[in-house]
Parts: sequence; C-alpha cells; structure tokens
Amino acid sequence: MITTDICIIGAGPVGLFAVFEAGLLKMRCHLIDVLPQVGGQLSEIYPHKPIYDIPGYPTVKAQELIDKQMEQIAPFSPTFTLGERVEELQKQDDGSYHVIGSEGTTIHCQVVVIAGGLGCFEPRKPDLSGLEKFEKNNVHYMVRNPEHFRDKKIVIAGGGDSALDWTVFLADIAKELTLVHRSDSFRGAPDSADKVYQLAKDGKINLLLSHNLVELQGNGSLQSIHMTNKQKEDVIVNTEYFIPLYGLSPKLGPIGNWGLNIDKNAIEVNTFDYSTNVERIYAIGDINTYPGKLKLILCGYHEAALMCQSAFKYVYPDQKLSFKYTTVNGVNAF
Amino acid sequence: MENLITISVEDRDGSIRDIEVPTDINLNLMEILKASEYEVLATCGGMALCATCHVEIINGADSLTEISDQELDMLDTLPDADDNSRLACQLHLSQDNEGLTLKIKGALQ
Repeated sequence: MITTDICIIGAGPVGLFAVFEAGLLKMRCHLIDVLPQVGGQLSEIYPHKPIYDIPGYPTVKAQELIDKQMEQIAPFSPTFTLGERVEELQKQDDGSYHVIGSEGTTIHCQVVVIAGGLGCFEPRKPDLSGLEKFEKNNVHYMVRNPEHFRDKKIVIAGGGDSALDWTVFLADIAKELTLVHRSDSFRGAPDSADKVYQLAKDGKINLLLSHNLVELQGNGSLQSIHMTNKQKEDVIVNTEYFIPLYGLSPKLGPIGNWGLNIDKNAIEVNTFDYSTNVERIYAIGDINTYPGKLKLILCGYHEAALMCQSAFKYVYPDQKLSFKYTTVNGVNAF
Repeated sequence: MENLITISVEDRDGSIRDIEVPTDINLNLMEILKASEYEVLATCGGMALCATCHVEIINGADSLTEISDQELDMLDTLPDADDNSRLACQLHLSQDNEGLTLKIKGALQ
C-alpha cells in the first residue's frame, strides 16, 4: 500500500500544480492517472498546440508547459501511478481514505483531490434497441482478445480506423464477419479501407455500406441484428457477437458513484475551498462546476492553491497554518 | 440588420425557435447555442473531441465554413451522424449564414 498525505486523481496541469501548492505546506502527494503518461489532455491530445493564456508565457506548447510543471514540482518528490483508473474510494474509521485503482493499487491518504479534467475516455455506445440486454455477453466495445471470436459470427459497426483495422485483423479469425457503416465510404486510413474493400471483393467479409442499425434481436443471447439499407428496406444479419467501434468519448466514469453532487457531468464544489459535499474530497480544474465556472488552466491553478489551504487541517490537525510567499522563503524541498 | 443574422434551431423535443446571432463577436455556434439556453454538454470545450455539440444542418449547409479532417473524423465515430452532420463548436457564423436551419442532436451524457 502507498501512503501519502494527498492523493490527486488526474495528473494534468492542475493536478500537477496542486503538488506544488501542497508542497509549500509540507504536504506530500501521490498522483494517479488512467493515461500512461502525465500531462492529461495536454500531453495526450494536443501536445504541440500553443497555449496563449498562461501568465508569463506569451505562448507555450502544451507539452512544454507540462515539462516545466514537472520541473517545478520536482523538489517535492511526488509519486505516480500511471495507466490505472481509480475505481473506488473507501472511507476509513479515522476519516482518511483508501483510493483503489483498477489494477489493485491502494493509496492511503488523508485527503482526496479529484483533478480529473474531462474524465475518462470510454467507448461511445450507439443508441440501439436491445443493446443493454446483450451488453454482458454478446456486445464488445473493444477487442481485448481476438481469439474470443475464433470461428464465431461477428458484426462490426463503425467507419473509423479502429473499425477498419479490426475488420482486417478479425477477417481470418471469425467464421463470418460483417462490417456495417452508415455512410457509403470510409474516412479511415486509405490503406485500411483498401484492404477492407479487397476482403469484401474476395468474399471474405460481408460489407454493408449505407446501412443503419435498428435493433439487436435474440432470446437470451444475441441471434441477429436488424438494420435498414439505403432504400429503407429491412436487412437482418445473423450473428453471435456485436462489436460497435465508434471511438471514445469523455465520461465521468466511476467518479459518478462516489456520492458526490454532480451537475451535467461535473462535480459541484464550494468556491470557498473547492471542497465537495463529501468531507476530505475536493475537486479542482475542468471536472468541477460552480456559478461562473470557466474551464481554464489558469482557474484550475487558483483552485489548487485555495484547496491546499483548506486540506491542511486534515493533514496537520494540530498545527496552525501560516501563509508564506515563495519570494520570502523560497521553495524548500522535503 | 448589420452584423446580426437570424437562424432557426430545432431542439431535441421538436420545438423550433428563431434566434438572433451577432456575427461580429467571436463565438462559435456551440457557444451561441449554450448562450441561448439550449442544452449542449460541450464536454471538451470546443476542441472537436467529444461530439456532444453534434447538429444536423437542415438548410444552409453550403454557406458554412469548410469541414476539417478532424471534424470529419470525429463525426465518423458518431453512430447517429449523417452527411448533414456538423459539430457546432467548429462553426463560426457570418452574414452568409442568414436563414441557417439546424437541429440539435448532441448526446446529453
């Protein structure tokens, strides 16, 4: 088990800056993030995009800002768990928390800070009748183990890269593969699209373009998928598995199950200290909401500073907090 | 009127309303819809990442700003998108868009 003062969920710019503010108050931090690297969306989605509204930087590339922030917090030796999603928070008798990750990592901390940004990226689900009924056994939103589909009848839906790539990959493994796409062409990599067209021409897959999904059908287990073609005629395809590959969309994920007040996918906080409705749990950055909220990195930094002043009382219940400027004392490492 | 156009917006429940849009302020259509109190999640804040500002253009598609590869890629991942789909966050309206008619389709969760 990892023991720390503050466990920060999310290692984006705001989570990283919270380490600095906590460090000034001698509070240690451990960060946990679902992505395999620090930096959140800045490093994952737009590392080379310039940002113009960070004070002191007329322009700074997203990844450069993250690199600088890592340098800034190095004196406080934060620790990291990367590539692991937080599933659960367990309150202990003394008020402290155990933060439990999807791979079994347990972090014992006095304070939990959620700096989760957009949340976790999860597979997008089609709005389809019968989907929930078969979700457990016959619907796969990602292909974890291709062998699972050996000699099975499968239907893949989608027109992006992942739908094309998995169609090519699974064509030899599955007994019967149907690829369904609502449009009459593919925007994915031309290479993959060519391969898919060739497979269809060779009769190795069943390619259904300009088809719309209507309903999953079956008694207990999935038996067929009802769709319509361009002429709005009914088409029924028999299948054992349905693999919708519609990309990822940001979702709150397990955070929604922790008893926090949620408004439109964001966590409600008190602007006095960015605390949530649950004691010892704070939310800062893009994931929180309050009247006048602006989703700016700058605002997240401010929230991190105020949060730390409030969290201090849980980490050092017997000490009085005195505020000091870094210009007076410098940055004193642990 | 100069720097002001009217567009017609159909909400998810089918209700249709005309809204006036100033074209001399730097707001994209997603921001205009939110400011006009339509429910649009816009989780990603306008970076063409979440597609929750998905709209269907019923009339006036030709006058819109050209669609980027990134927007097309994102639309391609949407199960309910079609050839008339756009992401409102990628659209900046001008005088040319007078009379634009659209329907809000973006997911609410």
